[in-house]
Amino acid sequence: MDSQLLRDLKSLLGPEAVLHRPEELMLYEYDGSVEIARPNCVVFPRTTADVLAIVKLANQYQTPLVGRGAGTGLSGGALARKGGILTVFSRMNRILEIDIENHRATVQPGVVNSDLSAAVAHAGLHFAPDPSSQKACTIGGNVSENSGGPHTLAYGVTTNHVLALEAILPTGELIRIGSSALDSPGYDLPGLFVGSEGTLALITEITVKLTRLPEAVKTLLAIFETLDDATETVADITARGITPAACELLDGWTLRAVEAYVHAGFPLDCGAVLLLEVDGIAETVQSHAEEVADVCRAHHAREVRVARDARERDLLWKGRKNAFGAVGRLSPTYYVQDGVIPRTKLPATIRRINEIGVKYGFQIGNIFHAGDGNLHPLILFDARDESQFRRVVAASDEIIQYCIAMGGSITGEHGVGMEKDRLMPLLFTEAELDVMRRVRDAFNPQGLLNPEKIFPSKKGCGEIHVRPLPLAGAPSAPSV
Amino acid sequence: MTSSAISPNVTTRLNEIVGAANVASDFAQLATYEIDRKLPAAAVRPATSEEVAEIVKFAAAEKLALVPTGARTKLGIGYAPTRYDLALDMTRLNKVIAYDPGDLTLSVEAGIPLAKLAQVLAEHRQFLPLALPFSAHTTVGGAIASGVDSPLRQFYGTARDFLLGMEFVTGEGISAKSGGRVVKNVAGYDIHKLMIGALGTLGVITRLNFKTFPTPLERRGYVARFLSAEHALDSCHRFAQSPLTPLSMEIFSPQAADLFASPAAQRVAETPLPKHTFETGEWTVAVTYAGNEKVMARFMAELGHSTNPINIRGLTLFTEETLPPAWNRQREFIPIALASSPATTIVKMSVLPTRMKDALAAARQAAETNDLRWAAMARALGIIYFAILPSDHTDQHRQRVANVTSAMQQACAKLAGHTTIPWCPAEWKSALQVWGPPRQDFPQMQKVKAVFDPQNILSPGRFVGGI
Repeated sequence: MDSQLLRDLKSLLGPEAVLHRPEELMLYEYDGSVEIARPNCVVFPRTTADVLAIVKLANQYQTPLVGRGAGTGLSGGALARKGGILTVFSRMNRILEIDIENHRATVQPGVVNSDLSAAVAHAGLHFAPDPSSQKACTIGGNVSENSGGPHTLAYGVTTNHVLALEAILPTGELIRIGSSALDSPGYDLPGLFVGSEGTLALITEITVKLTRLPEAVKTLLAIFETLDDATETVADITARGITPAACELLDGWTLRAVEAYVHAGFPLDCGAVLLLEVDGIAETVQSHAEEVADVCRAHHAREVRVARDARERDLLWKGRKNAFGAVGRLSPTYYVQDGVIPRTKLPATIRRINEIGVKYGFQIGNIFHAGDGNLHPLILFDARDESQFRRVVAASDEIIQYCIAMGGSITGEHGVGMEKDRLMPLLFTEAELDVMRRVRDAFNPQGLLNPEKIFPSKKGCGEIHVRPLPLAGAPSAPSV
Repeated sequence: MTSSAISPNVTTRLNEIVGAANVASDFAQLATYEIDRKLPAAAVRPATSEEVAEIVKFAAAEKLALVPTGARTKLGIGYAPTRYDLALDMTRLNKVIAYDPGDLTLSVEAGIPLAKLAQVLAEHRQFLPLALPFSAHTTVGGAIASGVDSPLRQFYGTARDFLLGMEFVTGEGISAKSGGRVVKNVAGYDIHKLMIGALGTLGVITRLNFKTFPTPLERRGYVARFLSAEHALDSCHRFAQSPLTPLSMEIFSPQAADLFASPAAQRVAETPLPKHTFETGEWTVAVTYAGNEKVMARFMAELGHSTNPINIRGLTLFTEETLPPAWNRQREFIPIALASSPATTIVKMSVLPTRMKDALAAARQAAETNDLRWAAMARALGIIYFAILPSDHTDQHRQRVANVTSAMQQACAKLAGHTTIPWCPAEWKSALQVWGPPRQDFPQMQKVKAVFDPQNILSPGRFVGGI
């Protein structure tokens, strides 16, 4: 990296806000996915003006620039694929404004997701998107990836809760799009920028809607002898038009791994469980919960437990939200997919995934947002073994191709990033990808911002770029 | 009326693409495609998205401007197109492509009427929460391209919250899609969100994928009447802090009572309103919700908590069976207002909920100072439709209406809100600034337009800033 650029960055931000030694950079070469890419330097802006100045320097030195929150992403979105300056927003973590009466908050991008909910809990409000990494992940990251979570089944994903953004385009233009008031006239630019995976702008301020916490919640654990019974239950709950607040599936194998780690009281001898939640007003929650429990029993649930209090409820959710961490104890590495299918195809798809596991000789765990049809098959493998690595990629490609054949998508909430760019041609024609590339180029004309993400490189289309890990230093398990 | 002329070889090519029976060029037919006194030179009715792409490709090559149309109920929104060579009538693309009731997902062609689609969904006790004005005629594509909102947004959100994906044809004739057909998807940019409310300036929508919703088992409602706007808005605002989740919550000004009793209202809802639903001289808060009698009791209790009973002048409860006469009129407030004056001007203000009181007060004061009849409908989330109802088209009235709209724009700007004028007489549009004052994010919108329609042939000039 240009040493003059480093000096400029240090004089701009102070030496304590610029990292460049190899041992420092190693911490920023990975995220929650299996991807690796090392930046040339890492900077920590504190203000919008800092970000603007960083963008100007990146332009001056024609250096790639990538934004990053907490690094919990699952598709390599916040990795510096072409090196350059990694801009980490962790010090821009102030909640700027809370408007309780109008249910609005304005935050800096580095605010941790659950910190915002905690800050408004006293008023009975919360920020509804709840990725499993919510205790670490930032709202800026959520906005870039359009993150989901278990409760997005009823409450919607991040984009449904974002009203306005302040952002800096890679050309050095500061823009404000959308507004705190609804129905900002003109094109829905926040709708375009949310979920653009950091390829259009660096976001410096976010205005979100806050959501009232439900008055009453019931959390149910439905225990099934077979995985099929559990998936049939999900399809039936959906078809009957019952919308629980959350509907998560854990298969028996995953459950045993989780129980050994979390001790949530999950049964060790079952085929699968559904973690279901219904919420609303006191007058309706009980009957709603009974309705859900009846469908579970109609599909041979062995037992339907209802959490008796907040402690039991939290324990069940702790089991779900720490599941990936638990699985990480069993294997040096795992690969997690994020395919989506219509809910009616859930039973057949899960059967197919397990067949694919057998075919390639892998244990595949299933723990996912069943109510959304958003699968997270977890393939355990040893990334240090190149042949295993290749088989994992082949197995997961087969899973994704099946999802697409079912009318689904390659990613429900983790993003395309650098992990699934080569899969984009399975969903979109070259002409369609070109339209999207032109949208990117309109805001990011030189491609300096987050280069080589989302779109497959035109020539090497379909080539596998993920690499086996070096023998030491496999990344620790993130949560999903 | 003005219309552009096209050469005979244009007609020949259009005939080749869609068949001569689906190309109209006689005055009587073209008159039905009028936008603000402008007629196209031809109207083309494609039957497939491939034909749409062919037409747009041809139009791009010939630099012909085209405006996609559906049921033509909302072409009055926005400016007149600066050029209007072809009307692209989408109503033959009217099929349900895929409907998976078990997955609550749906894919339809853009020209399908909303009412026809509602019947298909009703067979499975499902629906799309688009309770839109002109509901008897409007197409799904028109509903999305116009961006008109629905009282049900209180609970279900707007189209951007349940539109899963879209297929469209760009201004260069490229067929493309974004999003998908599953309920959760982050692959690629959400281009379909840009197309919502864009009035066909970015692409011709050919297919739309939606999340559908189960129809509530029991729907109920009530209207509570108040002596003043302040009391009505206060009640709504306090109610909004409760854990209850109404499907809709709207506020109507006293004049709505007259509007809803007018012949124009009878045309949209034949069944007369029950007595004391809307009363002259009283502000009405109209609420619908899903739930049984226990839920009803809770809503009544919450209304009691959020309102000093002394301020409630009257209360009428509705069941699923008795709701429609009031509900249909509420949904059709805009068409009823448009039929209630020869020069109806409908101003839309959006502000934070706590600022609705000030926005509405500024609008009322301006209308009354200028001696203009008015009526208002507001949604509790912070949207106000303020209908100015002058008695005629004269310059004198245009000037008075302009005084009112500019006072509203100023008041709304102070409240950090937005003012637009979705409907007004065609010849008043340039004087009234129908999209509001120039916007600082306009350069970003121009970038988007340049990507999708580099030659500016799609609905040119109709949208914000004259895009």
